[in-house]
Amino acid sequence: MGSKIIGCDVGGTFTDLILLDEAAGEVRIAKVPTTPDNQAVGVMAAIDKVGVDCRELSLLLHGTTTTTNALLEKKIAKCGLITTKGFRDVLELGRRTRPNAYGLLGSFEPLISREYRLEVDERMDADGNVVTALDEDGVARAAQSLVEMGCESLVIHFLHAYANDAHEIRAAEIAAEVWPNEHITYGSAILAEFREYERGVAAAVNASIQPVLSRYLARLRDELTTAGYDRDLLVMQGNGGTVSSSIVAQSAINTVMSGPASGVMAAAYTGSRCGFDEIISYDMGGTSSDVGLIRGGIPATSSELQLEYGMPIHVPMVDVHTIGAGGGSIAFINDAGMLQVGPRSAGAVPGPICYGKGGVEPTITDANLVLGRLNPSALLAVDSPVSMEQVRQRLVDAVGAELGLDAEDTAAAILQIGNDRMAGAIRMVSLARGHDPRDFALFAFGGAGPLHATALAAELAIPQVLIPAKPGITNAIGCAVADVRHDYVNTLNQPMADVDMDQVHGILAGQIAAGQRIIANEGVEVEDEVLVHAAEMQFQGQSHMLRIPLDGATPSREEIQAAFEEAYYSRFSLRLPEIRAVLVTLHTAVIGRRGEIALASLMDPSMRAADIAGAKTGSRQVWFPNGGGDSSDGGGWLETPIMARDALPLGAKFPGPAILEQMDTTIIIEPGNEVVVDDVGNLVVHVPAAFRE
Amino acid sequence: MVETNKPQLDHVTLAVLQNGLNQVCNEMDLAFQRAAFSPVIAEAMDRSDGIYHRDDGALIAQGELGLPIFVGTMQFSTRYVISQAKDLQPGDIYIVNDPYLGGTHLMDVRMAMPFFYQGEIFCWLSNTGHWRDTGGAVPGGFSASATEVEQEGLRLPPVKLYKGGALDEEIQAIILSNIRVAGETIGDIKAQVAALWVGERRLKALLDRYGRDVVEASIDEMRRRAAQQMRASIAHIPDGQYNSVSWVDSDGVVDEPLKINLSIEKREGDLYFDFSNSSPPCKGPMNSVIATTRSSVYLAMKHIFPEVPINAGTFEPLHITDPVGTFLYAEYPRPVSGCAAEVSQRIAEAVFAALVSALPDRLFAAPAGTSGNFALGGMDERHNKPYVMYLFTGGGYGGSLHGDGLSNGCSTIGISTMQPIEVLEQRYPVLFQEFALREGSGGAGQQRGGFGVDYALQIRQGWGRASFVMDHGRYGPQGVLGGSDGAVNRVRVERADGTYIPPHLSKDQDIEVVEGDIIHVSTPGGGGYGDANLREPALIERDIQRGYYSPELADELWGDQK
Repeated sequence: MGSKIIGCDVGGTFTDLILLDEAAGEVRIAKVPTTPDNQAVGVMAAIDKVGVDCRELSLLLHGTTTTTNALLEKKIAKCGLITTKGFRDVLELGRRTRPNAYGLLGSFEPLISREYRLEVDERMDADGNVVTALDEDGVARAAQSLVEMGCESLVIHFLHAYANDAHEIRAAEIAAEVWPNEHITYGSAILAEFREYERGVAAAVNASIQPVLSRYLARLRDELTTAGYDRDLLVMQGNGGTVSSSIVAQSAINTVMSGPASGVMAAAYTGSRCGFDEIISYDMGGTSSDVGLIRGGIPATSSELQLEYGMPIHVPMVDVHTIGAGGGSIAFINDAGMLQVGPRSAGAVPGPICYGKGGVEPTITDANLVLGRLNPSALLAVDSPVSMEQVRQRLVDAVGAELGLDAEDTAAAILQIGNDRMAGAIRMVSLARGHDPRDFALFAFGGAGPLHATALAAELAIPQVLIPAKPGITNAIGCAVADVRHDYVNTLNQPMADVDMDQVHGILAGQIAAGQRIIANEGVEVEDEVLVHAAEMQFQGQSHMLRIPLDGATPSREEIQAAFEEAYYSRFSLRLPEIRAVLVTLHTAVIGRRGEIALASLMDPSMRAADIAGAKTGSRQVWFPNGGGDSSDGGGWLETPIMARDALPLGAKFPGPAILEQMDTTIIIEPGNEVVVDDVGNLVVHVPAAFRE
Repeated sequence: MVETNKPQLDHVTLAVLQNGLNQVCNEMDLAFQRAAFSPVIAEAMDRSDGIYHRDDGALIAQGELGLPIFVGTMQFSTRYVISQAKDLQPGDIYIVNDPYLGGTHLMDVRMAMPFFYQGEIFCWLSNTGHWRDTGGAVPGGFSASATEVEQEGLRLPPVKLYKGGALDEEIQAIILSNIRVAGETIGDIKAQVAALWVGERRLKALLDRYGRDVVEASIDEMRRRAAQQMRASIAHIPDGQYNSVSWVDSDGVVDEPLKINLSIEKREGDLYFDFSNSSPPCKGPMNSVIATTRSSVYLAMKHIFPEVPINAGTFEPLHITDPVGTFLYAEYPRPVSGCAAEVSQRIAEAVFAALVSALPDRLFAAPAGTSGNFALGGMDERHNKPYVMYLFTGGGYGGSLHGDGLSNGCSTIGISTMQPIEVLEQRYPVLFQEFALREGSGGAGQQRGGFGVDYALQIRQGWGRASFVMDHGRYGPQGVLGGSDGAVNRVRVERADGTYIPPHLSKDQDIEVVEGDIIHVSTPGGGGYGDANLREPALIERDIQRGYYSPELADELWGDQK
């Protein structure tokens, strides 16, 4: 086809871009600083940097943090709410929670302030019967008042609208007559599920970021048009698929948390092409790390994520958990005299001590430097205001002296405790949910992921680590390979034995048709269509649900029941024949698959050496927790070969210890590990467990 | 500083094992909650899992996701189980819910399992879950008018529910024959047992990896360190005497307030808690067993110093004299159903109020402090079946140096969420007329209290009986350092024959309601912090804009500032 495709991901610090030029069989990448005020500037700079003529581009896929940042920084549109009489405070009262289990401090501000929340007479009951008719004049008056108060977006959110949306739709029509723009969201259109707080927040989130997203995309399109690009722009969503920019703003909420999702998509894509279908993805950054779970080549999704306290995002999203540990996690001694690492972070500013930007508290990154795991000459440039000696001294002053440890021992303790905390947090959000670590590979990316992955895998008893060709731009690759995807959910909430199977098949068929219609209207070129169906189920009387994958759109009652029982057993080791199963919701993802991306082209073959010796660039003393190799319990220093990752020949095999350096990351191979370079240049590292299970 | 053996290995091993033991408990918490049927466990997270010392049941580690009130209680009940246990085999699991044996109320059912390692008992694994029913006069167990524990439900002494890994079906049959919703409770029993098994597997892996002696030594050291950390925290409190009083509206039977009189003395680095001048034992179910009284103090201290880890060492510097002869030291057969949910929160408030002057930057005015328990049992004529609906609501938190209080926060002792209105209306024949922020309910101050909730629901069909176990109906949550009290709790039932207001204000049982009747509840607002005259005028103006206070009320509360 000879197409030129760009995947571009805007992260917190950097905007990453990958250009796949099929005709030339070439890949170009760029990393430029993110421009927070107008991300389009950074995107255009990245396009400039790879030197492509926009007129020749066939497709641009884009992941943006615009909406996530707007929500976290509360730089959102001013919204008004029209809701059922008696319930305007639902968005402020929440579900009677507090930010932390212990400590009665903390505050909460709803997305829509109370003076912009108005009520009208109307009421449905739980079966969708009208209890009170809609006061249409009241809706018109309320909409007019909100316009006069200067609201830019409008939310219409009525009780039980998931059961009957007639009042919401009618109210939206009435409001549209006076509303000055397109930004009207009604709750049941965003999330047709019960639970008034969660559905209302979803609608409020959507409305409050819709204008922000529209403005940003308009700016980016202008820039692109000026540069000569006139094709469609696809925008990454939190469900791991893309959507045309022409319709994305209608469901702006779907772009929230799309950054972490693109990383997991890249992990699933890369993994399945190297034969790994069961993956835990690990993206470690400066302040936090994102963990995702991939089973059978498909990223797990969840409809129960939370962006921050009080802000549930209950539309289907790739199930990514953020854990509060990263390179900047700070080590300190608590009142008990115990060494602790994190969750406080030095962040990007002031950052670790070794960045020389004023950081004075020891971090995991500083420990890596002192232990030789990071290259001192790369990190501490000649003109750095901080010397190695100063970093070592700070470690001793801040932590080591009180424990009677020198700089190296302090750093070693910080590294091990930091790894232990991270491993524990990864376990809680992945393996502790009933999975056997031996079935998985750990896919490590982000600037710091490959630096810790082998140690974490050993702690978690995960036997293999997969390090992709370009760990530092994985999210941009995730955008480039992402499919077009739309997700649908309908609620049944009936005992499995009583469910009308025709209705089940009808709902699934309807969800398929809805997705197919949208994909056809988007006009994106897709090669193939994939349908993924699931049921959320529970035993009667339970609160929590299990997601059960369904084979096809016409499963039988017995198949669903059996699949649920098996899934329940594998999660909880329990069988409950005494209790009836309930089918709560039905999910369908309609995925339009785009063409294959050749992963081999991610690496430049001209950089490859003839043999392993040719890849070696030097050696240095590095500290390893299992210094002597397999069973020795104390850590120690080893003279360790340093290699250029890009120079490793395909098919090469070699044992640790080793340090592999590449432009965007450093990869640690611990003693006892075994590295295999696969046929496209990914590294598969075999890691013995740190203990016997 | 005194160090034990090899310093470098020690720091890492100690930190790693602290994390490792917590992780075992967290995984038990997660497994229990996700598999449970009782919504009180699954949604309200009214459960806890932990590891306890083999000799005396002293707390070694407890899950971070457990309900706060269980911070200290389970070590007492595990200690009783250990003292009674005999012929222990791997796979034995005790079940117990006797409140007087280190418990709370009957609904909190504990299971305790000796954990064998290399043929010997290394420790005990225990958990607690709030069952939705354990028999007794009223569904759910919160009888506001019980006068002896037998009316509150089935009381189980420690008995082996599992013997050598096999369920004793006869004991299970006795239990199931004496409780309501027995069918779903089978699911809860299995979930609770499975959580212990998860703990067993994870703890064995930890011991295999680090070795018995290292784990043992670390447990001792962690206990010492936790005591050290608690002492370092309370070092911020100057030596001296700190007094406070808090009130429980009534015991539900005799309409008189119950007084909690607390005197805390700080000397030689430790805190001494004396409740001996509190009211005598009461006739109704607001007595507190000693395990709950102690746990309430621990919970309050954990709210003040959240960073201190929880193990037996944490409690060493906190000395609580047994308040014998008061309602905070209940003995058989005093009814106790209200102790975990209500009295515990008044005890915590007494601790907060006593220490606020010593720790003005850490503490806060009193929170709403009631679980807001409303139960409605009746006949659903649409489906021709009986039902019991529970609703637990929150209220305002107190103001603090750091800002105004949170609105509709969870009870002090809980971390639970409220069921959505849409779910309640799906399941029960009720229609809510409002669920709203209770305007004006936050106590005035430099930082005002958060707001309570106003809700009203109508009975759509059939008949029902309404019961309430709430508090702060007589005295609102205390304001501190010059702040005003938050609004009191109110209950009102509109019936065809007029308005009914419970004589005890916040507690009543079996109020008959029929189709069309409306139940109104207003939950307390939080107390105010500091002098109202010092409040930022812009914040007063903002609160009026938002309708939190009417202009007239704001004038009254903050007149000088406006």
